[in-house]
Amino acid sequence: MIELKNIRKVFNQGQHNEFWALCGIDLAIPEQQVTALRGPSGSGKTTLLTILGCLARPTEGRVRLKGEDISGLPERFLTEIRRQTFGFVFQQFNLIRGLSAIENIILPAYPLGLPRKHLLEKAEALLADVALAHRREAKVEWLSGGEQQRVAICRALINDPEILIADEPTANLDTKLATEFLGILERLAAQGRTIILTSHDPLVVESSVVDCVVTLRDGRIVDQTEGRPASAERFC
Amino acid sequence: MKPWIAKQLYLIDYTLASLSRRKAKNLSLLFIYALLVFVLASVALYTQALRHEAQAVLAGSPEIVLQRMIAGRHDLIPAGYLEKIGRIRGVQKIEGRLWGYYYDSVVKANYTFMAPREMNIARGEIIVGPALERSRGLAAGNGISFRSYTGELHTFIVAEVLPEATELASADLVLMNEADFRAFFKYPDGHFTDVALSVANPQEVRNVAVKLMNALPDSRPILREEVLRTYASIFDWREGLMLALLAAAILAFCILAWDKAAGLSAEERREIGILKAIGWETGDVIQMKFWEGLLISLSAFLLGFLAAYGHVFYFGAPLFEPVLKGWAVLYPHFSLPPHIDGLTIATLAFFTVVPYTAAVLVPIWRAAITDPDTVMRA
Repeated sequence: MIELKNIRKVFNQGQHNEFWALCGIDLAIPEQQVTALRGPSGSGKTTLLTILGCLARPTEGRVRLKGEDISGLPERFLTEIRRQTFGFVFQQFNLIRGLSAIENIILPAYPLGLPRKHLLEKAEALLADVALAHRREAKVEWLSGGEQQRVAICRALINDPEILIADEPTANLDTKLATEFLGILERLAAQGRTIILTSHDPLVVESSVVDCVVTLRDGRIVDQTEGRPASAERFC
Repeated sequence: MKPWIAKQLYLIDYTLASLSRRKAKNLSLLFIYALLVFVLASVALYTQALRHEAQAVLAGSPEIVLQRMIAGRHDLIPAGYLEKIGRIRGVQKIEGRLWGYYYDSVVKANYTFMAPREMNIARGEIIVGPALERSRGLAAGNGISFRSYTGELHTFIVAEVLPEATELASADLVLMNEADFRAFFKYPDGHFTDVALSVANPQEVRNVAVKLMNALPDSRPILREEVLRTYASIFDWREGLMLALLAAAILAFCILAWDKAAGLSAEERREIGILKAIGWETGDVIQMKFWEGLLISLSAFLLGFLAAYGHVFYFGAPLFEPVLKGWAVLYPHFSLPPHIDGLTIATLAFFTVVPYTAAVLVPIWRAAITDPDTVMRA
């Protein structure tokens, strides 16, 4: 679904603090599978995730999405791809304070100008899926960490993205909430969504939900394995 | 509903939520902004209404007033001049006028004494302007004495007080019988202060004025349009002076507005990053902030303008009245009939709404074009 060819990313290019975050990554993200990127801090996981999610451009290399080269597309087209294809769950959730849970959820759909009734119905269904329907009008700052994450997941799904991207999704959760998150992840995978996440939480990368684990170190892929017993249809 | 309209409504909805989240900042900005509009609009509305009122008052005045000059000073016009003027073609009506100034040491104010020929005022009686009524506590039937320039005391009975509606022109007026006037100022019979002329064809006013100067070289014709221009320039000058005095306050507002509008907080930058990351385009963010700027500036403009309207037309502009009306001891005390023209509103809006909206958009545009990946690292 997504193919990366010789991806390099450099920060502060040409300056004394020049830093190569990614050094020639070749990677294929399969469709309808859960791929986990793991590695120590500074290994390039988040940088790779931003390139996969069209949030940033590589310094060198090619990104192909469903066979189309999107590396040179202008920002406007990348935004459209981002809106139509990806849903993001950030490590800090990045919900907008002062807005209610349901308002946060429908926010990514505002630029599409869809009818409000339709959006609200969709958001309510998503909230019900994550057992949070009773908190729809609560301001997000009043919600617990686990509830905030579930709102963030609903927000990521409001535009029906094919690919869900999650950065360190369990970093701010305790074991119970992390397990609940894996349950949600499993349901989303069963719906046929492609999921890419970064994590160094063994609970996540060693779980049966993850199909493929890509290990990074110093901006390079050092290992790429199946995360759970491979079925005939799944590959990595 | 069309998606474009629905999108704009969503953006306005988000903007209102965003404004209410930063209530203290936005309310303080709105207050100061409205205050500035109030000050500017008060000055503009007041001078505009004064100009309009002066124009209306002077509309009934003679097209030409002729004065006689001796050694560069205004002098009395002998009766023979009226005869000469009557022979000039185009002159429709001639009227010798009697008026003069009187300094009242009691209230340290100057009054204008006049003897209007069209009014039938009995000897020993006067009709006074509303400012005199206030300053000297006069009412119809009261007596008042004035000491003439020769030292004689003249006593008059107030027959009537002029209505307040005429106060712009009549505040300090004392109207009296011609004989009383001549006796008070020791005017010789057949002499007048100046001559008021009506011209049959308004297009011919300038030609008549030239003929008057040729026929009476020691005379000075004053045209109504020149008086109107002088009034306009006096009000312009006072308006300018007022604005110059307020310049420091206006500058302070500009700095504050720029700082408040342009200085994006870390929270706002983060919010823009989130919106871009979840699928908003740079244009969507800019449109949203455009609505924010427009809502604040239009609300402030509306509030400030309405407050200024009330201040000027309902309360008589007590804050700026002394500067804008004049420096006389006897201030005319009148309420101006509301008069607003589109150009005044457009000018005020242009100098308040446009700069603020621009001040909001520039930094937002700079923040909105940055890559959204920064939000991943927050």
